[in-house]
Amino acid sequence: MKRRDFVQLTGAGIAGSILSFPTFGNPVSVDKLVEPFLSVAAKKQLADVALNTAKLLGATYTDVRIGRYLNQFISTRENKVQNIVNTESFGVGIRVIANGTWGFAATNAVTNEGVKMATEQAVRIAKANSKYQKEPVVLAPNEGHGEVSWNTPLQKNSLEVPVAEKVDLLLRANSEALKNGASFANSNLFQVNEQKYFASTDGSYIDQDIHRIWPTFTVSVTDRASGKFKSRAAMSAPMGMGYEYMIPKPEDKLPGPSGMVLYRNSYDIIEDAAIAARQAKEMISAKSVEPGKYDLVLEPNHLGLTIHESVGHPLELDRILGYEANYAGTSFATLDKLKSGTFNYGSKQVNIFADKTQAGSLGAVGYDDEGVKAKRWDLIKAGIFVNVEAIRDQVHIVGQKESHGCCYAQSWSDVQFQRMPNVSLAPGQEPYSSAQMIKDVEKGIYIAGRGSYSIDQQRYNFQFGGTAFYEIKNGEITGMLNDVAYQSNTQEFWNSCAKICDEKDYRLFGSFFDGKGQPSQISAVSHGSSTSRFNGVNVINTGRTI
Amino acid sequence: MAILTKDEAEQILKKVIGFSKADGIQASLNGNDGGNIRYARNSVSTSGEDSNVSLAVQSYYGKKSGTATINEFDDASLEKVVRRAEELAQLAPENPEFMEPIPQPTYGGESKTWAEATAKISPEFRAKVAADSINPAAAKNITAAGFLDDNRGFNALMNSKGLYAYNKATSANFTVTMRTNDGTGSGWAGSTAADVSKMNPSLASKTAIDKALMSRNAKALEPGKYTVVLESSAAADLVRLMLNMNARQADEGRSFYAKKGGGTKLGEKIVDERVNIYTDPWHDEVPASPWANDGQARKRMDLIKNGTVANLFYDRYWASHKNVAPVPFGGNTIMEGGTASIEDMIKDTKRGVLVTRFWYIRPVDPQTLLYTGLTRDGTFFIENGKIKHPIKNFRFNESPIIMLNNLETLGKQERVVTSEGNPNGFIPSMKIRDFTFSSLSDAV
Repeated sequence: MKRRDFVQLTGAGIAGSILSFPTFGNPVSVDKLVEPFLSVAAKKQLADVALNTAKLLGATYTDVRIGRYLNQFISTRENKVQNIVNTESFGVGIRVIANGTWGFAATNAVTNEGVKMATEQAVRIAKANSKYQKEPVVLAPNEGHGEVSWNTPLQKNSLEVPVAEKVDLLLRANSEALKNGASFANSNLFQVNEQKYFASTDGSYIDQDIHRIWPTFTVSVTDRASGKFKSRAAMSAPMGMGYEYMIPKPEDKLPGPSGMVLYRNSYDIIEDAAIAARQAKEMISAKSVEPGKYDLVLEPNHLGLTIHESVGHPLELDRILGYEANYAGTSFATLDKLKSGTFNYGSKQVNIFADKTQAGSLGAVGYDDEGVKAKRWDLIKAGIFVNVEAIRDQVHIVGQKESHGCCYAQSWSDVQFQRMPNVSLAPGQEPYSSAQMIKDVEKGIYIAGRGSYSIDQQRYNFQFGGTAFYEIKNGEITGMLNDVAYQSNTQEFWNSCAKICDEKDYRLFGSFFDGKGQPSQISAVSHGSSTSRFNGVNVINTGRTI
Repeated sequence: MAILTKDEAEQILKKVIGFSKADGIQASLNGNDGGNIRYARNSVSTSGEDSNVSLAVQSYYGKKSGTATINEFDDASLEKVVRRAEELAQLAPENPEFMEPIPQPTYGGESKTWAEATAKISPEFRAKVAADSINPAAAKNITAAGFLDDNRGFNALMNSKGLYAYNKATSANFTVTMRTNDGTGSGWAGSTAADVSKMNPSLASKTAIDKALMSRNAKALEPGKYTVVLESSAAADLVRLMLNMNARQADEGRSFYAKKGGGTKLGEKIVDERVNIYTDPWHDEVPASPWANDGQARKRMDLIKNGTVANLFYDRYWASHKNVAPVPFGGNTIMEGGTASIEDMIKDTKRGVLVTRFWYIRPVDPQTLLYTGLTRDGTFFIENGKIKHPIKNFRFNESPIIMLNNLETLGKQERVVTSEGNPNGFIPSMKIRDFTFSSLSDAV
């Protein structure tokens, strides 16, 4: 009934659940995904219609986003293709400031007349809403960039790879899982291409071509006699890359405990599917964790989600200010803690930065959705909370003169707002590998991959699970564990960070469908880290008998 | 043109079916007009409207099918979209699980999902809802943040086997969070209806303000097992999580509804015998479309009867594979309640916790349907039949199955607004013993 289409994939997530993901577009043929788009000159001409119309109607600022959003999602189970979805969405969104108030309107009629009408509507809305506005919008200065462009540095556009080749790879991964003892195997490949043209009255005309890819699977083993079932998700990460991520390179493989392989900038889905099946089998009979305090060794594909929830979200300035109070919540990281310059977010080892330029990351762009050049800045420096994540109309509230470039809209038809940039934990300076880290732990648990995650509305108390858990006793891995979740408080947790591996272990975790806002919008963001050790964390046992 | 009548939609769909050259075709025409207003920091932050009509065509040759969509409705466009779907179908891999569309079923009566009052909501109405929430908040040194979202839409489905189905529906949803300006109190409430004249956003705002004021300066209580009085929103957010009763996953042995040794839990008693949950498209409080997405007729159907699994959902492929009748997912959830009010349940509690709502609920173990999440926006300690004082929020680790085995009292049913997910539910408040809170949260 709603504007958005949701495609349902049975059994694609945790076994027994249904994953639905938004597609935002109309189904199209595969060929359409690689057809050329409007020329830059044509887009500039259309953008100028909006900029000129708004100015004549009294707008003091205008930006235009002409967007073509392409998706291809492939889903399979065992030896069957369940669904191939190709979608395209094309239109223009126009945002203005009139009477000191924002107005926004969007249309899929990308013609001079359509753009003019949408612009008029945006100005009308701004003027109508100005009755309820308490303070006029203040925009941080942003220099015009002239006519520029930026592309995700691709080696191979995944939308140009024949569907049959991609389907074959997924089916081979499923088959490899089944051969290694899996009862079921579901695999998916998500590919996204955003072709965005941005123009504003600041004098910017920015053409960008952004690509993202996410191969993933769930491998399940059932044991009908005991009634038990266990699942293991892929150890891949969604990336801001092309199909080159799907072509495994030996230098991107890192050894994990008990024959596990971890992946950096390319992924071996066939190998991982086989390992996943063996691990899921081992989980059926693995021992249940003894609850208590443990030193946790968290690898990046797990730690990324902890960073996302306990650092990325609480440092969003709109949350801190209360704009998300009715839904996502507010934040414990208040402005007085920022201003104090002494708030110990974490231990001295903890340096966390935001970076919209990070190569291969989901959040990498040349410019954000309000024309601010992408950059890198510190959030937590030697454990101290030093900055937040902000956009042009907020950053003056924290006494800063330059936007952080965190503005994003999921499509041309949605208004852009503040979204999380890539937020990453800097690697340790001393040479230190994850194998050495495990050797140094007496009583601990090694956790790989993302699992269950839940955190309160001010981001204090959290509970995280994982994909695979290994017990560490006196520096040795002794076997897999079941029923593990850790509970902590954000500040306490980051202050328990004792060691961080060096840059050789550094890699990205990603969140492909991060939701925020009412009506909700998704965005994609990465979090880099090296394997890290957290001392004395409270581990609970989540096993129950029914 | 977003809301087409039954006849207007039929005319367009007949043309579409007429263009088909494939083995078969099914087309759905859907339209929606929606509006919303969002406010925070006692000021409107965003408001907007959207309107869309789209036609989706699925053509098939044997077990190969293709889908194409369009939002233009002249004859040439209609023919183009049919040709495109046929072209995609011929290129598609064969899907052994593809099921041909169904002939016309008999639907059990007129739909109750449309309310004229909701269809007439204007931007001025939305602005007034926001103002009526912000003004009383500001007068009490409270900051309001809220969201009103209203929709009117239609769905029509036709296929080459002679089926035609049409339904139109309205809905309005309102939620508000009130926070005291000293940051120590927070209250939440919501109101939802198909018919906006049954909705009371001002009352919801008042409830949220009262809760914000009552919840200031919460004290910490030790985590552990407590008797809880769950308001209907909190109850519904856990009850809905046990209703993904998919037969295939159960048969495959990877769901709570799988039976040890093989088979499913159909017919097994899983919760207290006072638990009765069903779906019924003609329910007055939570009406739903009389037909499912694929055109199958919905009917009143028990899901849990006297604590026993009465039905599992079978999609058409899995039903044919298992040689049983298909059972489509329902469009709503009704759980039978009792007569106790929240006040009655509090009066009857020696030591316990009153929960307004839960938040950030995530699966921990699909085997036992164990979930974790937190209380939020109004959590209170009950002692000797009275609300004693506000308490800090708790994290819980609990399964709705365990919870409904520990049922003490069923309260009155309400059309619920939940924190996450929309069950279109008419669910009672309830009192539960031995509910597991595992840690404390400092969040307000």
